[in-house]
Amino acid sequence: MPNMSKYKVKMPQQHPDVRNKNFKEVALGYTKEQAMEEATRCLDCKNPKCVEGCPVNVPIPQFITAIKDGKFEEAYKIITSQNSLPAICGRVCPQESQCEGKCVRGIKGEPVAIGRLERFAADMSMDIPHEKIVDETRNHKVAVVGSGPAGLTCAGELAKLGYSVTIFEALHEAGGVLMYGIPEFRLPKDLVAKEISKIEDLGVKIETNVIVGKSITIDELFEEGYRAIFVGSGAGLPKFMNIPGENLNGVYSANEFLTRNNLMKAYDPENNPTPIYVGESVAVVGGGNVAMDAARTAKRLGAEHVYIVYRRSEEEMPARLEEIEHAKEEGIEFNLLTNPTRIIGEDGWVKAMECIKMELGPPDSSGRRRPVEIKDSEFILDVDTVIIAIGQSPNPLIKDTTEGLDTHDWGGIIVNEETMKTSKEGVYAGGDAVTGAATVILAMGAGKKAAHAIDDYLKTLD
Amino acid sequence: MYKILEVKQLNSLVKSMVIEAPYVARRCEPGQFVIIRSHENGERIPLTIADYDRDKKTITIVYQELGFSTKLLSTKGVGDYLEDVAGPLGVPAPLEKQERVLGIGGGVGIAPLYPQVKKLAELGVEVYTILGGRTAELVIMEDNFKEYSDVIVATDDGSKGIKGTVVDAMKEIIDEKKFDKIIAIGPVPMMKAVVEVAKEKDIPTTVSLNPIMIDGTGMCGGCRVTVGGETKFACVDGPDFDGFLVDFDELSRRQGMYKDIEKKYDKTHSCKIGLGD
Repeated sequence: MPNMSKYKVKMPQQHPDVRNKNFKEVALGYTKEQAMEEATRCLDCKNPKCVEGCPVNVPIPQFITAIKDGKFEEAYKIITSQNSLPAICGRVCPQESQCEGKCVRGIKGEPVAIGRLERFAADMSMDIPHEKIVDETRNHKVAVVGSGPAGLTCAGELAKLGYSVTIFEALHEAGGVLMYGIPEFRLPKDLVAKEISKIEDLGVKIETNVIVGKSITIDELFEEGYRAIFVGSGAGLPKFMNIPGENLNGVYSANEFLTRNNLMKAYDPENNPTPIYVGESVAVVGGGNVAMDAARTAKRLGAEHVYIVYRRSEEEMPARLEEIEHAKEEGIEFNLLTNPTRIIGEDGWVKAMECIKMELGPPDSSGRRRPVEIKDSEFILDVDTVIIAIGQSPNPLIKDTTEGLDTHDWGGIIVNEETMKTSKEGVYAGGDAVTGAATVILAMGAGKKAAHAIDDYLKTLD
Repeated sequence: MYKILEVKQLNSLVKSMVIEAPYVARRCEPGQFVIIRSHENGERIPLTIADYDRDKKTITIVYQELGFSTKLLSTKGVGDYLEDVAGPLGVPAPLEKQERVLGIGGGVGIAPLYPQVKKLAELGVEVYTILGGRTAELVIMEDNFKEYSDVIVATDDGSKGIKGTVVDAMKEIIDEKKFDKIIAIGPVPMMKAVVEVAKEKDIPTTVSLNPIMIDGTGMCGGCRVTVGGETKFACVDGPDFDGFLVDFDELSRRQGMYKDIEKKYDKTHSCKIGLGD
């Protein structure tokens, strides 16, 4: 008999008043007993909807059954047959809108905690190497641009298919947004490093400090003998609001703030010289996961007040519900239906931010109700730091140096969505470079799809 | 890892290093820069490329020991390796065949001026350079410049060349000769002063900016500068800009963003690893 409890087995967590002062992981993970108990909630559906909701097609009921039976290594192998980065996905995937969103148990009560179980299985068996899909090695070399979730997945999949793969990474460390963007307290960097080393164990080479488009171009990569190229260069161009005062000292893009803290480890000044500035009161503009990450980071760095300033209401916030809840628990203050109009400075530093109240009008092109300014409702928010987290555009370095690579007006690389093939022969692309800022798992799904399309393409060259 | 092949002490504060960096050396052009990290967990330091040798796959960087990270860099010598060298970054300086160009370099800014002067000379441009420093010792690379240009030295204390600033020297020479363009690289107040004089004579002037940055690829936006009323990222739109349009006061203020934090850091950390003054 399945366990018919309406609720997920609770995830052990650090207490909010403790965790908002440290950078250790918030969620502590299931014990064996907790995982096995939660696994009994799965109905092992004949026609599992959850798998349809997974961009990389993890055989979810099968791995959960293995956990239920205490076969943790088997569960891990089932997951990694389709997903090369399970410890990461188990932590940062928006399961509520993917696998768990489709779970039949979610109709009456909470869905099965698929994400927590994935994380459990991954954490238990991180030392088991990935298995190759084919035994033979193939002659063709493939280049992958960017070592974020799209690039790592694509590279790992191609290596499993027998190809010789080199990833080119612009920064000094591999991982992309997993390293520079998502904070330690949501995704420990040791764990990301471990997942990357397992991809390297498959034979994937990673060359850091190579900025494709600057150090070498796509055409030069072909000249060097790479027969196919996957571009997963991410959404590395922060948007600003174009309001007065944005260049004052104390105004950051979320990218800069998070990179200083995560990649350059500014939270640990004992061992890392990169400085970061957080005043007493911080305003974070935006309502996505990046905004939540920035706000919770600012709090941990010692800011007394941290405000989320978002122009729509909580319902429209693109951030995951879990992240919004965690932020609230940690004392982040929400100023909703509020839009900044200017940043006010004193001696060149941020002193305050003027905002205006908004109300929701009819839906706009995104289907969400359009926020409209309420006349004469301006007010002053006393802050000394402003972090702008209103999104990123794809980085233009590759598009500007690659002839024949078609892009949208807003910078995204145009692809055939079935194959991730671009307008340029042999070049494939995926992740935020194609979609604009989206999720880790969508990037991984695109990387995986592209890997198989590249495999098909390279077979035609034999 | 990037091997250090040569280290030269150019004066008591400034050193040059020749580093093996094949990717950078193959494609870099005058005006472009690299980002280096001397050690693991070190800061990412942007430095404009001072010279390069495509055959030997090397680049030359010139830096001044200012704070913790540059002092840490100085603990490395010939045969050691730098942890990271990434580049070339930024867009090449806009250099073209013209009649006569004036280069003005101040302090450690003299170094990045060098590849631009060299390239101009190779294009057949008649180049004059003014190299300035507080005192004779601080004027670096004079001999390198003499190979490609007529050199005028200006020192504040008159210990070498003209007694006065580069701007004093500049005023004299632009009265005597007609220049199609000026390239000024040095401390922000120097570039600002050069631009003010150049504006009066309407001589187009490019300047090379070095705001605070992290990645150098447009990702962080920390290096934003106002040019002609628009926000630009120095890392991908520059680092060379039309000096007439740059908001130097904002640049100067933004460069000082971490002054207080860094001072504190230098004090507590320099002694820890034996870097104390």
